[in-house]
Amino acid sequence: MLAVAIVIRYPYAPMPTALEARNLVKQYPDILAVNDVSFSVPEGICFGLLGPNGAGKTTTVEIIEGVNQATSGSVHYYGEPVGTRFRQEIGIQFQATALQDNITVLETLEMFRRLYDRQADLGKVIADCSLGDLLDRDNRKLSGGQRQRLLLAVALVNRPRLIFLDEPTTGLDPQARRNFWELVQKIIADGATVILTTHYMDEAHVLCDEIAIMDEGRIVRQGAPDALLREQYEGLIIELPLADLRDKLEGVEHTVIETKGVVEVVSTDVRQSLSELSGHVTDLNHIKIRQPNLEDLFIDLTGHSLRA
Amino acid sequence: MSSLQRIYAVFRARNREFLRDRASLAWNLILPVALVLGLAAVFGGEGRDQYTVGVVQESDIIDESQHPFLETKYIRFVPVPDLDDALVKIERHRLDLLVEFGEEGRYWVNPESPKGYFVERVLLQSGDREPADIRREPVSGDAVGYTDWVLPGILGMNMMFSCLFGVGYVVVRYRKNGFLKRLRATPLTSLEFIIAQVASRMTLIMVITTIVYTGTHLLLDTRMEGSHVTLFIVAAVGAISMISLGLLVAARVTSEELAGGFLNMINWPMMLLSGVWFSLEGAGPFVQQLAKIFPLTHVLDSARAVMLDGATLVDVAPGLLALTAMSALFLGLGAWSFRWGPK
Repeated sequence: MLAVAIVIRYPYAPMPTALEARNLVKQYPDILAVNDVSFSVPEGICFGLLGPNGAGKTTTVEIIEGVNQATSGSVHYYGEPVGTRFRQEIGIQFQATALQDNITVLETLEMFRRLYDRQADLGKVIADCSLGDLLDRDNRKLSGGQRQRLLLAVALVNRPRLIFLDEPTTGLDPQARRNFWELVQKIIADGATVILTTHYMDEAHVLCDEIAIMDEGRIVRQGAPDALLREQYEGLIIELPLADLRDKLEGVEHTVIETKGVVEVVSTDVRQSLSELSGHVTDLNHIKIRQPNLEDLFIDLTGHSLRA
Repeated sequence: MSSLQRIYAVFRARNREFLRDRASLAWNLILPVALVLGLAAVFGGEGRDQYTVGVVQESDIIDESQHPFLETKYIRFVPVPDLDDALVKIERHRLDLLVEFGEEGRYWVNPESPKGYFVERVLLQSGDREPADIRREPVSGDAVGYTDWVLPGILGMNMMFSCLFGVGYVVVRYRKNGFLKRLRATPLTSLEFIIAQVASRMTLIMVITTIVYTGTHLLLDTRMEGSHVTLFIVAAVGAISMISLGLLVAARVTSEELAGGFLNMINWPMMLLSGVWFSLEGAGPFVQQLAKIFPLTHVLDSARAVMLDGATLVDVAPGLLALTAMSALFLGLGAWSFRWGPK
């Protein structure tokens, strides 16, 4: 069981920039996948690239990782163009990676570790990723969660300073996801910089110090999650089913979320708003009051749902 | 019923996958046609000669009036000016029979050769002279059995399949399932990856081939006139060249089916033209020259020279140089064109 890590970051002690992407463009014959994307990632934080499938976040990250070539733009690692040092010091967990058949977990870790000059203490990696009981197991016989832990361990075998996690919890059950988050939090607490791509907003909110929201190949908003939410929303969100409306809510400022069949009203005075709504709504029992979240932000910024 | 529906769904999806992979489809269509056309060009015509008989004479033109045997259909008669050279070919199954007509006719046949046996019977039954009129001469030296002759061919063929499919096919699968992409995200270079593949496959092949050869040699007491070290060097150099060829095929291909098509396109001509099962002595000069573009031809020629004729490393150096040049070419092109990912 992993201990909960507490990370204290001092805002007055600026960290060096670990990674900087400058004006990245990826043009395929039929689509502009990445459209002039720039961002920088300070050392020691978890930076999230968020967006729906097809937003361009995986392509962006693959360009940075060097497994995909940009049409234009550049990537800098601690101020230098990416090169040999970058390759030695990064760890990557791809969204989907096949491993060799008939090879055990331990053999896989040893094989990847030997590819690097910087080598982690394998015992620590195995312990951190809870793989101790699986070392002799064939790669093909791992569950989804076990496999993700192995792939993360593979990404850690070189004591990376910068770790890319591409949709690391896709396909995992809720418990496995939470276990994985704890693991990532521990890695961040150990001082590594993490770049996370995900379409799970809760995951981003839990793990990321800073996020960039991507849509149609562009970054549409960037900043700390809570700061972005505070900028966008003042107050709480009152959510009510579309079917419970008596009329068109005239006089009340609201948003209709078509994919969920609900109406959202952002309110700084919930008591006042409920009073105004009561005349328009048939059944107050279905009303939900909640904090705005990153998914709300994404929908407001892009005009469509995350999983659309 | 639902089971049938599921089967049909998978069946249809697989058909679509295959049919939409146009490159693979094209290869599957083109390859058999190309093979048929190629075989027709090489072995076709008005009935292929089944046997090759050397006629000892100075002239380049065979005078059929010398003996009715020379008019026999489906036997290719080749003039041989040098008797000693021709006798070696009889020993090595490169000629089925050797005849000399004159005042006193005589012939030479390898008693271990099945084709020699048949063509000898044809000789003795043909003509207006009694069989006693033509004298059977002993073959100088030890006659080479067909098992001795075909063993290098079988070992070479096994090496060829293992090299081409064991490397080419596997690399394509690695690329397709993303394992190569994962390796690319490490400090490993494409050349390092290729060298590792060559070394791995070569080690396996050499161990397997050595075991098979040793077992066969001990069991059948096969002929070994030369040095085992030289033979090992020939096999190793040959294995590198064929592995390199497999890597070249796999350098960019992303579909296992397309890779299979390419590999078959290489395998089959080598199987037929490199002398695995039979000697190309009876084939035309063009075919014999064409066969030299295949690494397997040089491997088998060199291995047979060592095993059957006692050739030294110096004797087989031209073949080894050709194989080395091929390896350098294939590896260079493979490393240059190598692609980690499917796109």
